Amino acid sequence: MKKSLFSTKTIVATGLGAALFMVLFMFVKVPSPVPETNIQLAYGVSAFLGCVFGPIAGGLIAFIGHALNDFIAYGSPWWSWIIASGVAGAIGGLAFFKTDVESGEFSTKDMVVFNVMQIIANLVAWVVVAPVLDIVIYSEPVNLVFTQGAVAFVSNSICACVVGTLLLVVYAKTRTKKGSLTKN
Amino acid sequence: MKIKLFSYNQLDTFVHHLSGLTKLVCFLLLTTTVMLTYDVRIIIGVMVISFVLFKVSKITFKQVKMMMIYVFIFLITNFILTYIFSPQEGVKIYGTYHEVFTIAGPYVVTQEQMLYQFTKFMKYFSVIPLGIIFILTTNPSEFASSLNHIKVNYKACTAISLTLRYFPDVQRDYHTISLAQQARGLDLSKKEKLMTRLKNILMILVPLIFSTLDRIEMISNAMDLRGFGKHKTRTWYSYRKLGRNDYLAMAFCLAVFIGSLLVAVYINHSKFWNPFI
Repeated sequence: MKKSLFSTKTIVATGLGAALFMVLFMFVKVPSPVPETNIQLAYGVSAFLGCVFGPIAGGLIAFIGHALNDFIAYGSPWWSWIIASGVAGAIGGLAFFKTDVESGEFSTKDMVVFNVMQIIANLVAWVVVAPVLDIVIYSEPVNLVFTQGAVAFVSNSICACVVGTLLLVVYAKTRTKKGSLTKN
Repeated sequence: MKIKLFSYNQLDTFVHHLSGLTKLVCFLLLTTTVMLTYDVRIIIGVMVISFVLFKVSKITFKQVKMMMIYVFIFLITNFILTYIFSPQEGVKIYGTYHEVFTIAGPYVVTQEQMLYQFTKFMKYFSVIPLGIIFILTTNPSEFASSLNHIKVNYKACTAISLTLRYFPDVQRDYHTISLAQQARGLDLSKKEKLMTRLKNILMILVPLIFSTLDRIEMISNAMDLRGFGKHKTRTWYSYRKLGRNDYLAMAFCLAVFIGSLLVAVYINHSKFWNPFI
């Protein structure tokens, strides 16, 4: 099956994925020791959906989900972290090209690829994009934003890797394998 | 624990009659103004505008109480953290040093720091009413069409309107599954250890995600069958033509935006307003 980047399915997956992301972002959070940051399981879901539906879906899911969540919870969005969320989702979603979970295959190699991509994505998003934008847009103190960024990096990559991998393993089992039917 | 998403009411006010596109453009212009400037005078100006609009659009305080509490907790933690991490940030920015009193060690309270932190506090505080006004007075289906009219790809707009449409459904599913799993003895409260709690949350996540994936399949088939995505553009049922008030409102916000840029370039010579020199 040819992989399509912007089919109807991708759009619907983006819409519903963002709704799912929002629900998890709002209700399922475990407070971490550093204030203003939570362990967000939602990033595991966006990583998973990014791997299944591609980087555009992954990026938009995290971006739309996070932005709408901020609108509802805080009144106005905190753009620097929303953009960082989107970046994490999009880069993490690049694993889509290297793996093939849709056809029921998720080998150890795929698992390694997925996890490495997630760590790179979160590193770029939380240690580079989020703090730099915080400094440029909001003129936040440098050491504060980098500390927050580092905490977010650790907790979000753990979520993305652990939750994402588990979901992918379960998902691959539910798909019909390529060439699983043989002619007698 | 239910959150009403976009609890939109049709009221007969000036703000409600503006089109979604106008409100989006004005919202973006005013928030960008506040985001870019560090001049407390401009920020207070925008704040006055936003509180006036808040009154005009007849939003009651009761509707936004919870939101306000959250934001206050957030702003105060941010305020304290900023001081702990960087007690001399203001001195670094404004380049002067006016001591008020000393707490201990490097924790000296300076006028610069007070101005910096006050400005920052106001900066976040002043835009909250704008966001609230925007979400409470905009019809959700008009929201996607207004995004499309500022040249966001219509497929992305459809994704957003799907998000708004299905958020309540996914939320209901989440509650059903969570209650079902709790009835089976899964403990999600703080009494459980962190690792067990995370594992228990995963037990909710798996059915939730798989039911969502089924739904994705169903909706995308339905949309494909109706020929979605065949053409490059599409029309919107909920699109409203812009009126005189729409243009006036947009012109006003644009004026505020440009005005603040001019102040930054010609009067302050940077994005900070520096009363110390």
